[in-house]
Amino acid sequence: MYAFTYHRPTTVRQAANLLAKHEDAKLLAGGHSLIPVMKLRLASPPVLIDLSKVEGLSGIELKGRSIVIGAMTRHNDVARSKELQEHLPALAEVPAAIGDPHVRHVGTIGGSVANNDPNADYPAACLGLGATIVTSKRKIAADDFFTGMFSTALEPDEIITKISFPIAKKAAYQKFKHPASGFALVGVFVSKRASDIRVAVTGAGANGVFRVKAFEEALAQRFTPKSLDGLSIKPDGLNSDIHASAEYRAHLVGVLARRAVADAVKR
Amino acid sequence: MSATGIGAAVRRKEDHRFITGKGQYTDDISRPGETRAVFVRSPHAHAKIRKIDTSAAQKMPGVVAVLTGEQLAADKIGHLICGWMIHSKDGSPMKMAPHPAIASGKACYVGDPVALVVAETLTQARDAAEKVAVDYEPLPAVVDPAKAKAGAQIHEVAPKNTIYEWHLGDVKAVEAAFRSAKHVTKLDIVNNRLVPNAMEPRVAIGEYDTGNDSFTLWNTSQNPHVARLVIAAFIGMAPEHKLRVIAPDVGGGFGSKIFIYPEEVACLWASKRTGRPVKWTSDRSEAFLADAHGRDHVTHAEMAFASDGKILALRAKTIANLGAYMSTFSSSVPTYLYATLLSGQYDIAHIYCEVDAVYTNTVPVDAYRGAGRPEATFVVERLVEVGAREQGMDPAELRRKNFVRNFPHQTPVIMTYDAGDYNASLKKAMEIADVKGFAKRRRDAARNGKLRGLGYSTYIEACGIAPSQAVGSLGAGVGLWESAEVRVNPTGSVEILTGCHAHGQGHETTFAQVVADRLGIPIENISVVHGDTDKVQFGMGTYGSRSGAVGISAIVKALDKVEAKAKKVAAHMLEASESDIVFKDGKFTVAGTDKAAAWGDVALNAYIAHKFSGQELEPGLKEGAFYDPTNFTFPAGCHICEVEIDQETGETRVVNWTAVDDFGTVINPMIVEGQVHGGIAQGVGQALLEGAVYDKEGQLVSGSFMDYAMPRAENFPPFNIDTTVTKCPSNPLGLKGCGEAGAIAAPAAVINAITDAIGTEEVTMPATAQTVWAALQKANRMRPAAE
Amino acid sequence: MTAVSMTVNGKPVTADVDPRTLLVQFLREHLRLTGTHVGCDTSQCGACVVHIDGKAMKSCTMFAWQADGANVTTIEGLANGAALHPMQEAFREHHGLQCGYCTPGMIMAAVDIVKRKGHDLDDRTIREELDGNLCRCTGYHNIVKAIAAGARAMK
Repeated sequence: MYAFTYHRPTTVRQAANLLAKHEDAKLLAGGHSLIPVMKLRLASPPVLIDLSKVEGLSGIELKGRSIVIGAMTRHNDVARSKELQEHLPALAEVPAAIGDPHVRHVGTIGGSVANNDPNADYPAACLGLGATIVTSKRKIAADDFFTGMFSTALEPDEIITKISFPIAKKAAYQKFKHPASGFALVGVFVSKRASDIRVAVTGAGANGVFRVKAFEEALAQRFTPKSLDGLSIKPDGLNSDIHASAEYRAHLVGVLARRAVADAVKR
Repeated sequence: MSATGIGAAVRRKEDHRFITGKGQYTDDISRPGETRAVFVRSPHAHAKIRKIDTSAAQKMPGVVAVLTGEQLAADKIGHLICGWMIHSKDGSPMKMAPHPAIASGKACYVGDPVALVVAETLTQARDAAEKVAVDYEPLPAVVDPAKAKAGAQIHEVAPKNTIYEWHLGDVKAVEAAFRSAKHVTKLDIVNNRLVPNAMEPRVAIGEYDTGNDSFTLWNTSQNPHVARLVIAAFIGMAPEHKLRVIAPDVGGGFGSKIFIYPEEVACLWASKRTGRPVKWTSDRSEAFLADAHGRDHVTHAEMAFASDGKILALRAKTIANLGAYMSTFSSSVPTYLYATLLSGQYDIAHIYCEVDAVYTNTVPVDAYRGAGRPEATFVVERLVEVGAREQGMDPAELRRKNFVRNFPHQTPVIMTYDAGDYNASLKKAMEIADVKGFAKRRRDAARNGKLRGLGYSTYIEACGIAPSQAVGSLGAGVGLWESAEVRVNPTGSVEILTGCHAHGQGHETTFAQVVADRLGIPIENISVVHGDTDKVQFGMGTYGSRSGAVGISAIVKALDKVEAKAKKVAAHMLEASESDIVFKDGKFTVAGTDKAAAWGDVALNAYIAHKFSGQELEPGLKEGAFYDPTNFTFPAGCHICEVEIDQETGETRVVNWTAVDDFGTVINPMIVEGQVHGGIAQGVGQALLEGAVYDKEGQLVSGSFMDYAMPRAENFPPFNIDTTVTKCPSNPLGLKGCGEAGAIAAPAAVINAITDAIGTEEVTMPATAQTVWAALQKANRMRPAAE
Repeated sequence: MTAVSMTVNGKPVTADVDPRTLLVQFLREHLRLTGTHVGCDTSQCGACVVHIDGKAMKSCTMFAWQADGANVTTIEGLANGAALHPMQEAFREHHGLQCGYCTPGMIMAAVDIVKRKGHDLDDRTIREELDGNLCRCTGYHNIVKAIAAGARAMK
């Protein structure tokens, strides 16, 4: 690991100022993506800004017809949240499928969303529910937030503070785990909220999470797994590696979407 | 059976230190003044090294030394060797290429060490390692063993990258048998390349003592004495008596810690050059590039059947990938540990096997749990299963029809099976697995959209490695006996010194059980000493399921001598004739009288020597023995695997596992079961999850736990384990060995179950979800629409 | 260098360390608590699991300074004096270890499972919850048995 200095700000403003001041600084949330790549010398931020001491970044709240989750809320706390179990259990399924219990004790929703790993689970939930990402500067719709593999609409000195998820009546997440890493080989989040039907896919796309319009349109006719029968996505542009070819991933998207819809309608 | 004797499930004596965090693994050792070593490794699979510029690295903070292969050669440090000579069909010896501990002039695989940086701290060593400038000229890489002969030549000594072209068996008799066959089953098999991944990464600490001109090596070794012998005699680091090798607690081996590795040699050498202890601890990612891999065979095999299902003959042609250099025992694995087991549990009159071993620009390949025998079992058990399906026969019935039933049985491939009852283990396994109820379970699964399959593997292995004379005649450079020393203290407590090495096997418990059983003393009064060449005189180490059959047999032999001597002492104490002394349950008695002496009294008398003349009888009570087996041992059994496959995704779940093994006498059933569990997990890992994958350029694509799928708890159901017993006739306790059985049996059982479920034989290992899904797709396309 | 202070196994410790020092390095190299192991470099094997403020975490994926002020328990601090913790005892009783290398992390993970999931654990739950701990020796069979028994014994 390369040498670095670190800061432990206590307010979002301090953290944002530090971020603005140090061009190559990295925010440290749970650190379970950043620290491993630093250890392998694949990342070398000269400055770390640890968010763990910043007040007010954790917690899960019901606000009207939305669930608002603080950026530093740990996966385990989201997975076990009573509010979510009651109002949006599908969202609780997402962190419950991340990593392992030890990782879930430390990893955060904000860290996962900001990192936008193309195989991560939370981006699918954000896009699949039409979440709003709230930052130190503004509110960004999930549809505008995820801009490509490991890339987001965040500006260099912008910090995610919370994420607001609209409550969907019917929603579910289906994940096919990568047998080695535990990331999503493919993950599909579906939701139905009044007029808004969403199918978001992670793990499969070379540019990260994406929506499947054809599936959404079919489900808009009738929100049932049968609506997706015979539908598939093209393997062109999907990830291909030793564990899953683009064809296999394309196939899994269809299978998991049907299963997710089946789970969702049971709710 | 006593509570701690042979056959008792004694809780392990060694566990207390492990469950309290007090184990002492090599990385836990910190030597005064130690430095840390980092190896600069080749990023190219095959490249000329034009120049290495270490000047910038030398100037980095904390750097003690930056060392290269040229300096190693200048110091006349010898090459690593392969200790088993194999001759080709034409009589020519195997082509062993020079293997320096640090590459010089040329790098032959990604990970080949090209320089060594020694610094005050690990971080400093890493920082400096990045400053070593190596000028490479990349060469075309050879990766695929099946194409190695046509690839760029890697070593001068080995044209066509061929190490040997070996064969075993009578080709003419086999051809004749095939001509008379009613049915021939043919298979193309890839035995996937595996990374052993013991949970403890390898570590080496070299320390040179200037005062005594001697070395100490702490290492993660399964056989410290062999390491000392090779490093002294072949590498020339120091005379054998000036090198001490200590392998303390070792966190798993599975074969990968048998071998003498470049890092151990380099750390010793660097410690002398720097005058400081030099410690190297492997990262996991580094381990993927630096630990010997396993398996990696490409085979075409055929089995000839008579009209009644009797197996007439078997032939196989195998290409074995040995990687970039020949590792310590690599040559023996695809030859004498492989082809000699191709008879399986079956009476097959004619077998012929050809093996071409090739160099490729990949990590060296050597023994990994089972070593050759899993590959052989996979060939035989797939052929039998597919043969039964092709001929419309029940696979269990076909096996039964062909089992060896009379012992000793001479196979056409060297081995003489000494004892077994293969039908007994098959029968018991079928009962436990409820094979009768399988059809219903399959129908139930189908209702849930799942495909259910059942697969057998009736395996055999040759363990208790091995009779020295026999392996010598086959090319081994060493004898494979084992040593033991039984030291009785004046108070009657006992230390057992063994040349075996425990790295999970529980020797401290099982070896003590044998002694407690024999001497009638509490197991708490017995300790087992191993893993230090200064304490144990010599030994061959632990691998090949040999510690029971060979190591314990040596202890028994030493105990015979101790008892004989103790009887002499007791005779003097009890004023009786030695021939009248009876030793039982820890007590010496004079036959027909009530005169008796307790074990402790006899031990004390042996040392105080008041009751006998020291001229007549030597004081003390300590005996050593070397035990050389007269035959291999032949553990065998039947594993039955049941899988359920998600038709839509191809995902396979193992839902039932039954293992009935015959290990001969069992000393500690708890430990034996644990060995079986672990072996099965590694075998299932090979079948479903694990595979080392290289790209065309020779980069290891599956180079970390992020890409190489290690078995996890959720990959398994609880295992149903049982045993049958036929004692091994060739050693005193009737032991056969149990360490490798699961890994040998499991892969064939899994693939037989999957292919049973999906109705096509075209499934390669690892049978990942994608692989099974693709096979299903292909099978569905081939199937008539009406079906 | 950076100053860190925390409570480890009930004892306050303070040290000046390089900011790069991982918690596991701090425990092993500075405090010589070598029971916590390192089995990988990609945060997957779980050999390094310790409890931080009562929760199981991977000490290899955390800087020592991140645990500043925290209460850290390692395998060495699990037992109460000479008496083994019931989970340690269960691993011994059910042969839940072979080479012992993954064992400290397994035991720390197991105690954490009980805290989260209670004392009556079925086979499937335990296997799922062991997702973050690799063992190469046991095939997990006896680890699962040990955890079920240890969980009951912790009642």
